[in-house]
Amino acid sequence: MRRTIAKAALHTALNVLFFTIIGTTLLGVTYLNTKAPIERSEQEAKLKLISQLVPHQDFDNDILADILKLTPDPLLGTSAPSTAYRARKNGQPVAVVLEAIAPDGYSGRISLIIAIKVDGTLGGVRVVEHKETPGLGDYVDIAKSNWVTGFNGKALQPGKDDDWHVRKDGGQFDYMAGATITPRAVIKATHKVLQYYALHQDTLLATATTSPKQEVKK
Amino acid sequence: MTYQEAKDIFYNGLWKQNTGLVQLLGLCPILAVSSSVVNAVSLGLATTLVMTIASATVSPIRSAVPNEARIPVFVLIIAVLVTVIQYAMNAYVHALYLVLGIFIPLITTNCIVLARIEAFASKQPPWQSAVDGLAMGLGLTAVLAVLGGMREVFGHGTLLSGIDMVFGVGAKAWVVTVVPDYHGFLLAILPPGAFIALGLLIAGKNYMTMRAAANEKKRVIPIASAA
Repeated sequence: MRRTIAKAALHTALNVLFFTIIGTTLLGVTYLNTKAPIERSEQEAKLKLISQLVPHQDFDNDILADILKLTPDPLLGTSAPSTAYRARKNGQPVAVVLEAIAPDGYSGRISLIIAIKVDGTLGGVRVVEHKETPGLGDYVDIAKSNWVTGFNGKALQPGKDDDWHVRKDGGQFDYMAGATITPRAVIKATHKVLQYYALHQDTLLATATTSPKQEVKK
Repeated sequence: MTYQEAKDIFYNGLWKQNTGLVQLLGLCPILAVSSSVVNAVSLGLATTLVMTIASATVSPIRSAVPNEARIPVFVLIIAVLVTVIQYAMNAYVHALYLVLGIFIPLITTNCIVLARIEAFASKQPPWQSAVDGLAMGLGLTAVLAVLGGMREVFGHGTLLSGIDMVFGVGAKAWVVTVVPDYHGFLLAILPPGAFIALGLLIAGKNYMTMRAAANEKKRVIPIASAA
């Protein structure tokens, strides 16, 4: 009796194991086969986003090559190294595009890219990836609404930190009723990135010739 | 599979056993994404695809899966299928993925997929199972479309907003503004609005079913008295 139970259990376990192996193999094969195209389309999407923030005629360098690796920083919200893309015209810095993460969205992290012009004003903010509720919190995505363009031209002003909130909390930014957590997270992250820029402006804008990547090339 | 069989399966899926109105399974994604027609129909069609493939996959192997292990194996198959579809869409139809991507993982959590496999595909031949998955999915899509329409009109005063993300910028002209200069009605957009609208739909469906039954009776009685 006991042996038949053990046998049945073993049979079931082996069966589940068999399907798990097939499933995992299928997933692995799909992952490996789609990895390169996914990375390519994500890179393309990033370039498209950057050119929305920094108009093409405003820079003449290869913006995806003129990069600076940034160490994780609480002001950027990053936990892994991120990339800063620098736009220049005739060798003069025009703007810098930073990657940032708003950790406190309604459903987890919201990835942003933020363009800051040399004078410290915002060139624009875009949400690259988020898990906010479709149809509710996702209006921070430019594909769903123009809300995020409200950041254009905004800058840090001494003593006016309270402006960096939604109107409901006494700030200057609009929000949609019923979905305030998402814009709060995006506004807070953008504000912090501007503070980061103020602290590290010189490093971020340093000319290509002194950037570590170029030195290695020599 | 005979024509009559297919017809019965479709009738069950689209009306008699409709997942959204009668079986009331998979309500979580229904409530979450039915805030606009485009979102609702997009998720409905993606779910239909997964249900059709999942049912067609499980049916041929149904005798190979021991009874005690069937639930974990079925869940595994659904999860693998959904993930493979998600990867493939991300890699090859990136534009569509940007619209639907956020909904795809939700399909795994939709218990209607598992329910149809458990109730139908694990007992029926492959063709019938695939048709059942398709019919049930389309029934769900229809309910989602109506629900999305109701909530979008009452919540935003528009219809088909966001269609440009599926068919390109040119489709922006298809957006119908039902009530111009509408200030929005938050209740309709939030989940309680979905419950209320779904309740109305279920009431409407029950009323129609009851009336059909009553008419049937009326038709039967005269014949009976005549006899």
